[in-house]
Amino acid sequence: MSKILTVSPSPHVHSDESVNKIMYRVVLAMMPALAWSVFVFGFDALRVTLTAVAACIVFEYLIQKFLMKVTPSVTDGSAIITGILLAFNVPANIPWWIIIIGALVSIGIAKLSFGGLGNNIFNPALVGRVFLLISFPVHMTSWPVNIQSGVDAVTSATPLGLIKESIKNGQVLSDVLGDVPGTMDMLLGNIGGSLGEVSALLLIVGGIYMLFRKVITWHIPVAVLGSMAIFSGILWLVNPEIFMNPVFHLLTGGAMLGAIFMATDMVTSPMTPKGQIIYGVGIGIITISIRTWGAYPEGISFAILLMNAVTPLINTYIKPKRFGGTK
Amino acid sequence: MLKTFKPGGVHPPENKISAGKSIEVLAIPKTVSIPVSQHIGAPAVALVNRGDEVKVGQVIAKSGGFVSANIHSSVSGKVKKIDIIPDSSGYPKSGIVIDVEGDEWLEKIDRSEELVKDFDLDSKEIVDKIMEAGIVGLGGATFPTHVKLVPPKGMKAEILIINGVECEPYLTSDHRLMLEKANEIVVGTRLLMKAMGIEKGYIGIENNKPDAISLLTEKTKEYPNIKVVSLKVKYPQGGEKQLIKAITGREVPSGGLPIAVGTVVSNVGTAFAVYEAVQKNKPLFERIVTVTGKSVEKPSNFKVRIGTAVSELIEAAGGTPEDTGKIISGGPMMGKAIAKTDVSVTKGTSGILIIKDEESKRRETIACIRCSKCVSVCPMGLEPYLLMTVSQKQMWDAVEANKVMDCIECGSCSYTCPSNRPLLDYIRLGKGKVGQIMRARKN
Ligand code: SF4
Ligand code: SF4
Repeated sequence: MSKILTVSPSPHVHSDESVNKIMYRVVLAMMPALAWSVFVFGFDALRVTLTAVAACIVFEYLIQKFLMKVTPSVTDGSAIITGILLAFNVPANIPWWIIIIGALVSIGIAKLSFGGLGNNIFNPALVGRVFLLISFPVHMTSWPVNIQSGVDAVTSATPLGLIKESIKNGQVLSDVLGDVPGTMDMLLGNIGGSLGEVSALLLIVGGIYMLFRKVITWHIPVAVLGSMAIFSGILWLVNPEIFMNPVFHLLTGGAMLGAIFMATDMVTSPMTPKGQIIYGVGIGIITISIRTWGAYPEGISFAILLMNAVTPLINTYIKPKRFGGTK
Repeated sequence: MLKTFKPGGVHPPENKISAGKSIEVLAIPKTVSIPVSQHIGAPAVALVNRGDEVKVGQVIAKSGGFVSANIHSSVSGKVKKIDIIPDSSGYPKSGIVIDVEGDEWLEKIDRSEELVKDFDLDSKEIVDKIMEAGIVGLGGATFPTHVKLVPPKGMKAEILIINGVECEPYLTSDHRLMLEKANEIVVGTRLLMKAMGIEKGYIGIENNKPDAISLLTEKTKEYPNIKVVSLKVKYPQGGEKQLIKAITGREVPSGGLPIAVGTVVSNVGTAFAVYEAVQKNKPLFERIVTVTGKSVEKPSNFKVRIGTAVSELIEAAGGTPEDTGKIISGGPMMGKAIAKTDVSVTKGTSGILIIKDEESKRRETIACIRCSKCVSVCPMGLEPYLLMTVSQKQMWDAVEANKVMDCIECGSCSYTCPSNRPLLDYIRLGKGKVGQIMRARKN
């Protein structure tokens, strides 16, 4: 036979998984929550999201091509995810130039300076968000009105912000509970908050899709939300006058967005199920602690970043159960 | 619930194209080249010289050590030469080339199709006959069977597992054998149990072969100590350690043999060969080989004389397709790509798989996205991404500490990686190096 045959080591077949497919599934999973944001916050939500995505793509391309002098990898889809997640974490009416600064920090500092996709230690979108929160505290905490909150919405503050204020003012919770949105409103997303975090329900829908498509496993979301529920539940049982109930904690702020979309970022979370549970529980406990005793009403971003930093350590010490191992 | 192994595993497309094709006897070729090393262990020592006349079934090379196996002539004719012939990996190996004349079998071989169910031999006699017949593990491992049947001192086998899993995509030789030789396989199973004084036998079959499951279940009805176990389809269930785990729940300890948990595993092909050897006095000189591939004109299961050139099998299946890119000896997950088709079918050849050009090239490798899929599919509980990294960095201590020697080279990690990383290539490299280091340490 004259033909030259390919000779290479096994395996000779490959699954049809690819990084692209995974990334686009994540993007798809975020679409329901994005659609809801456009509905309740108006066209602003779309403008902010598109600006963030475009800025992330452009920065990644330019930095890789001209500074790092490598082949740009923008087509892998990860810059799009960072863009959307960054937008999800800011108020829908944020000025365009702030979101662009956020994108630069996310892509340039948090991602590419570590070596690009797969090498970064911290979730890029969260680094961008925290940078903006510290640099532009006023812009980052001025919430637009959610059209679903009803005409008599006296305030556009987030439920978590509301609680934090009243506790600071020395009120007991039973006095302010009337001002807090009902459980149904929180679940559906008829509350104030960052662009992509308001609808717990639609974030869960996205999460179920990702579970189903095997983009994520249950370990991290369940560990984060479970530990938040248990920890806040204990506090609430101790004194319901100063601690909010677990349902409130799970449905407000960035709990769902963080647990489902940000803590699960593959690059920055542990590799083994056991490691993922430790990481998730860490996030849950830190989040409730910041919400309860910290300076900020919401703490899940900080919690995730802190646990991102612990991830390499977890990977070093938590090994999968070896087949035929002694333990 | 159906049984299966834990952890890990993948589900590559099954592509069992030739499953419906009955076993056909392949015409005897004009010459055969029979390698003297077709098994794990010492090569056999040639007993014949150039010009000698040989008959079918005659020993032409004698077992060359404790772990070794006899080699028999698969044809009758004249020894043309004893020469260096390339094995399926292209390495030069010593082999015996025979020009075929007629088809004259040794007198003692019972060539009838009649089933011989009963036997009255003690275990030593059975083991001796198996050793004489040159039987090795036909699932691909090619470990001499008679060695496996005599456990090391202080160890006792309690359970025999017959492996009818055939978890490699495309391959169907074991499936066909189970359908066409079920009675013989059951006798072979009983012989193996008797040889080791084992009371309990299982035949493990994945439930993508319901016909084989029901047939063997029926054939084993009269033997309450042999049970057919239907298994949930998952690769690499045919791996010895995975099959033992799936059926008995026992875990072979790291670095240990199945006997450490009281089990012995044999392939269905081996059980059939044992039947033929003991009941029919027929040594191992032919086997079933699947020839298949998406573009192959006539995917087939052939009964082939050992030493037949692979090219003859491909011709019989309709010739090499136009779009051929790669030819594999074995299955797509663990088989070896061969560079030329003039290599011989040996005792370990379970199939010849022809892959199309467009499917034969690897995809571009990109950065690890730390998705942990390789970790979750690894049936040995290893961290392939980490093993690859430390191998690349030549940190052999770390490679060893992360249990590289446990890797069974199933390929599930490379198969799964969304970044197309060549995980197993580097893991093999690490295994080789660590193996060297460990041997050096012992000496
Ligand atoms: S080839 Fe080795 S490391 Fe890869 S999945 Fe199989 S056993 Fe695990
Ligand atoms: S499967 Fe590939 S990309 Fe995912 S962790 Fe393993 S090596 Fe990295």
